[in-house]
Amino acid sequence: MASDAPLLEIDSLFKAFGGVRAIEDVTFSIQPKTITGLIGPNGAGKTTLFNLITGIFPADSGTIRLKGQPVNGKAVHDLVKMGIARTFQNVELFSSMSVLENILVGLHSRTTCGLLGSVLKTPRIRNEERMARQKASELLEFVGLSDHADRKSGNLPFGWQRLLELARALASEPDLILLDEPAAGLNMSETDMLGELIQNIRKQGVTVLLVEHDMALTMRVCDQIIVLDRGRKIAEGPPRAVQSDEAVMAAYLGKPK
Amino acid sequence: MIRTDTHTIACIVFAAAALATGILIDDAYYLQVLIFIGINTLLALSLNMLMGYAGQISLGHAAFYGIGAYTTAILSTTYNLSPWLALPIAIFAAVTVAYIVGIPTLRLTGYYLGMGTLGFGMIVSIIFREWYSVTGGASGFVGIPPLEIGSFSFDTDQRYFFLVWGVVLFFFIICRRIVDSRVGRALRAIHDGEHAAAAVGVNTAAMKLSIFVLSAAMASLAGFLYAHQVFFISPETFSFLASIRIVTMVVIGGMASIWGSLLGASLLTLLPEWLHAFADYEMMVYGLVLMLVMIFLPQGLTRGIIDLYEKSRKNRNK
Repeated sequence: MASDAPLLEIDSLFKAFGGVRAIEDVTFSIQPKTITGLIGPNGAGKTTLFNLITGIFPADSGTIRLKGQPVNGKAVHDLVKMGIARTFQNVELFSSMSVLENILVGLHSRTTCGLLGSVLKTPRIRNEERMARQKASELLEFVGLSDHADRKSGNLPFGWQRLLELARALASEPDLILLDEPAAGLNMSETDMLGELIQNIRKQGVTVLLVEHDMALTMRVCDQIIVLDRGRKIAEGPPRAVQSDEAVMAAYLGKPK
Repeated sequence: MIRTDTHTIACIVFAAAALATGILIDDAYYLQVLIFIGINTLLALSLNMLMGYAGQISLGHAAFYGIGAYTTAILSTTYNLSPWLALPIAIFAAVTVAYIVGIPTLRLTGYYLGMGTLGFGMIVSIIFREWYSVTGGASGFVGIPPLEIGSFSFDTDQRYFFLVWGVVLFFFIICRRIVDSRVGRALRAIHDGEHAAAAVGVNTAAMKLSIFVLSAAMASLAGFLYAHQVFFISPETFSFLASIRIVTMVVIGGMASIWGSLLGASLLTLLPEWLHAFADYEMMVYGLVLMLVMIFLPQGLTRGIIDLYEKSRKNRNK
């Protein structure tokens, strides 16, 4: 793949819920190994757009392509296999399972052991399990949770739960990771750490699409920002340009007559 | 890793205990009770895989138990087929039915799945009762042959005891391996959060279906063992109440606990034996026990007892 071919292309996407037009004619593309921020007032359609990209529900019309491949209508778990991972606005961990096990579930799409394999425990399966545990430990180290591998994930402090969810999403070896308000509920130093982490994720070659209300963070880490308002894209460009865009200010602060 | 090791030790201790029990106990009544505990343990374990680990409620599990029992009864008695040939057919029948029922019902969640499987269980139990020409109807099916391998017959209670508990031990090992694997983790992930499980790449529909099918196969095997032990089966054994009894075993013993299935099944098999006086109020006693466990030990007896033990040890250390 040429480095200038976009990783994600969204073309005239529409989605309505009953009479509410949640996404209306949205078009944009994301270059590989970039960090893109998706911002907009509440109800602008950011989470809807996330859900469309990750296949939670289908678009009414328009296309979404990943590495040139259309992804419309594919099941959520197939999209994970294709290389799209996500985190949730309200951290959704497997709370009864340990920190390490959460990551191991994250590796599900990169491992193969089935019912029969688990019973027979062939050398190949044992080997796969060993590799998976190794990889999971590395990911825990990446987000700084190595010392808590055996703790029950539901008992972790909230900030760590966010980090764990991020590591779990990375476990599926995504090309594109969608982060839904990763800084929500974090204090300032945790947010700073998160910013660094997001940049480290990009360094590993993963493209990031970020919904975030913390503007300082968004402006600092993003290469490109897309602004949605009432389901439409109203601006797009580098952080600085977007910040001074009139349509954006109007959307956030109300339109001066 | 440590957990796997303790499980291996537990299995060895358990096997030794079962062996000793089988050799030492000579009393036909006790042996029979123990055989029923074994069969019920297998049933509880089958439902626990579905309910305790994957978090999918089935209120119709006795249907698969019945399919196993009736298939082998009809084939080995009416058609004179060897029970060993009837066994794969009985399991295949349960698996097929589970597949057909599972595809639409496993799309349902929570209460709806409960209602769906409840309806299925009732339909199957009505078929057992009303299809008189094949199943013998409400009066039951008589004359099921004992199990034999060549000239060796499992006709004494002691032999049957070893057969049943051998099977139980085998499934303890199998289920533990599944639970500790990628599949088991995916199942527990579905239990904790189905959306999140899908979002990390678990094909939740396929995973739920495969554990439902496995669970049905195990229940069918339990039905097979039951039929060739009692030689006579009737529809009540596989009714709605039986399904509830299996659910009670799982809940009381402990959800998502393999040894809990053994404890729950033992308790619910022994309880009616101890409470003969309550015969007519059996369901009320179950209800009461279920309520008390839910209020005081919501994680089931196994977890509850471990928690109580740890708490008392902590108190002593203070």
